[in-house]
Amino acid sequence: MAIIDSPAIKERSTVSIVMFTVILALLPSLFLQIGFFGYQILGNLFIGIGFALFLEAICLRLRNYPIRPFVLDGSAFVAAWLLIVSVPANIPIWTLLIGIFFSIVVAKHAYGGIGSNPFNPAMIGYAVLLISFPKIMTNWPVSEGFEVNNFIQFFEFFSFLNTNEVYDAVVSATPLDQIKTLLFLGEEVNILPISFSTLAPYQMIALLYFLGGLFLVYKKVITWHLPLSLILSIYFFSSLLYFYDQSTYMSPMFHLLNGATFLAAFFIITDPVSSPTTLKGKVIFGILIGLITVIIRNYGGYPDGIAFAVIFMNICVPLIEKFTQPKVFGYE
Amino acid sequence: MELTDKIFKFFGGIKPNGHKSISTMNPIKRLPIPKKLIIPVRQHVGKVPNIKVSVGERVLKGQILAEPVANISAATHSSSSGTVIAIESNKIPHPSGLPDLCITIETDGKDEWIKNDKIDRSRLSSEALYEVMKFSGIVGLGGATFPTHIKLNSNKIKTLIVNAAECEPYITCDDMAMQEKTKEFIEGIQITMDILKIPHAIIGIEDNKPKAIEKLKISLSGSKNISIKVVPTIYPSGDEKRLIYLMLGLKISKEKRPVDFGIQVFNVATLISLGRFFYHSEPVISRIVTVTGALKRPNNYEALIGTPIQELIKDAGGSPNQDIIMGGPMMGFKLPHTDVSVTKAMNCLLAMTDDMKSKDTFEMPCIRCTKCVEVCPAQLQPQELYWHAKSKQFEKLTEDYKLFDCIECGCCSYVCPSNIPLVQYYRYAKSEIRDQLKSSEVADIARERNEFRLYRIEREKKERAERNAQRRAQTSDIDKKKLIEEKKAAIAEAMKRIEEKEK
Repeated sequence: MAIIDSPAIKERSTVSIVMFTVILALLPSLFLQIGFFGYQILGNLFIGIGFALFLEAICLRLRNYPIRPFVLDGSAFVAAWLLIVSVPANIPIWTLLIGIFFSIVVAKHAYGGIGSNPFNPAMIGYAVLLISFPKIMTNWPVSEGFEVNNFIQFFEFFSFLNTNEVYDAVVSATPLDQIKTLLFLGEEVNILPISFSTLAPYQMIALLYFLGGLFLVYKKVITWHLPLSLILSIYFFSSLLYFYDQSTYMSPMFHLLNGATFLAAFFIITDPVSSPTTLKGKVIFGILIGLITVIIRNYGGYPDGIAFAVIFMNICVPLIEKFTQPKVFGYE
Repeated sequence: MELTDKIFKFFGGIKPNGHKSISTMNPIKRLPIPKKLIIPVRQHVGKVPNIKVSVGERVLKGQILAEPVANISAATHSSSSGTVIAIESNKIPHPSGLPDLCITIETDGKDEWIKNDKIDRSRLSSEALYEVMKFSGIVGLGGATFPTHIKLNSNKIKTLIVNAAECEPYITCDDMAMQEKTKEFIEGIQITMDILKIPHAIIGIEDNKPKAIEKLKISLSGSKNISIKVVPTIYPSGDEKRLIYLMLGLKISKEKRPVDFGIQVFNVATLISLGRFFYHSEPVISRIVTVTGALKRPNNYEALIGTPIQELIKDAGGSPNQDIIMGGPMMGFKLPHTDVSVTKAMNCLLAMTDDMKSKDTFEMPCIRCTKCVEVCPAQLQPQELYWHAKSKQFEKLTEDYKLFDCIECGCCSYVCPSNIPLVQYYRYAKSEIRDQLKSSEVADIARERNEFRLYRIEREKKERAERNAQRRAQTSDIDKKKLIEEKKAAIAEAMKRIEEKEK
């Protein structure tokens, strides 16, 4: 066989560039999180990502892979980051590290490392934590408004590197959880129409996820298929329930701005490894995750069901791909 | 086929930096006749032609050195006058790096033409024309080098498409040829239309060649039967089937050929040589080569076939130890030896730039990002092809994922963030599948032969048995007794003779 090393030219794109564009898109929302809830999330990110990279290196070593290029590809970095922003910022660090362990070691490397994991690593970590530590995972910090002081505290935190100081914060369930409980108890809930002046911190963060996601679409890191189909799906199915009975179901806008809808739509289900490759498949994947999410949110035992919906649909990816193979040029 | 002004944009494709202007600053250059011409005997797809000259013989410019031996074969001519000094194996520009038979001519500088009769097409029957064409040495000069006479021997063609897209980065030989040899080019198109007996031809040209487009528009103003269609600059618009879709909106899969739809596609350089052959009785003895890349003076050269490429590289300001790609950066290959000579397939010599040489070869796993799907002009699923090629699931590759529809354009490798040499995987899988097919064919033939032999033995046995049975049935009992008695008598007689002898 003749050895032809073509093409000789290549576009400048690497897995690392893809991964760090994702991080760039996540930065604005991180800024808001620090402002609203304090710097603890930064500590989580440093320790969590550090631990993730450490585990990644050990796994690569054990599997006889070159460590440098794979640690630098950014995939463990992104997975850890997504898990950390999915869990409450006041999570005990040991709990977080358990989640990271399941993400990196079990969901990723046990299944063959980058490119081979059938499940979204961040969501496996999240699901393990949610099932094992439901109380910790549903107590979210409450914001006392955007505080510039939080950033200053962060630098103080670094100058002392002293974590003895106990971080006191008010915690509560998420709005999604609260309202669900109220609705479950049969109480009337009046959800005001949403305007920007009344946006709660979590909803503002969600909007920044949305904007960050648009940036990824613009940068062609992701296509519109997955996010749009998930968002429209959640909107559509929650509208059906809402119009059926407005007093017992949450409004579609509430569904979109609460929980992990936008984070999942643009950053989680768009993980290329564990989502379908075909365009039709992506649309089906997004729609079904939306449907399952709405069902779990309204009828399931957990406040937000996106993680379970994603994991469930990850199993279906080969099937979806099999039935959505597009026609080849000239065979249409 | 309906002709419209509409452009049908094909799916996928990429827009790499063209780097075309560096080699179009100056007109096409000719170098003095080289001292030695090394002309490979076979420069086309098909049978090796029969050598008609011997060492020591004086040859003239345009004289046939080797004659076509079958239909799929082409002639090879001498590009200048001189003496044949060797007929031997020599390095040729081929990815394998293996040598092939070449004829070396020491030129005498006289450049003396052989006397060729003017071809009078109107007096030739189509059969005769076909025979004449076989000796023209004209093959697909876009790089495919398929003998052109075969493509002209069809009465089913309704549309002639001129492939002037030249979509590969760096290559500008067709662009420059259309600018400088406009008349010959149009003559070539007219002659081809005439031979194919069709009224219309369309030139498909990428919009990155404004000068050539302008020139053609002026020359063709008033011409009703040759039209120009300017197509967007998207690699690989110059792929035959992509170009047909761009211009006619017709998608043709691997299972069909353009001829099946009455379409024939010719490259610019091929048409120019057709024009030259019929109007000036000139066989293919030279071609235009773009010499470009990491050189001081990139340029286009009209080079005699057999010119050592180092002469071109030196003139363009290069050095002998530079790495050279033959063809473009997307589909060309790195020459294993750079002391080879110009052949009919050589449209471009690309001196590798530092970027090309320092290309990162570390391969990451596929992350299924489908960037490759987004650019595949054959609408394949490159990531699936890669996966199945790697795991050697050849049946799935051909049946489900249409591996053989891959045109190896390299768009997928170009965009892959994991740096996977996808095209190499496909080439590997294709050759494996072809090998398997070949060996299973051989095995099939052997098995069939054996089965037939067993069947034949069985049949002969049966026939013999039947014949015997028949004979037995025919001979009656009385006859049998008589026969036995006769035999007994014969035996007795023989015994008697033996006894007598022993006494």
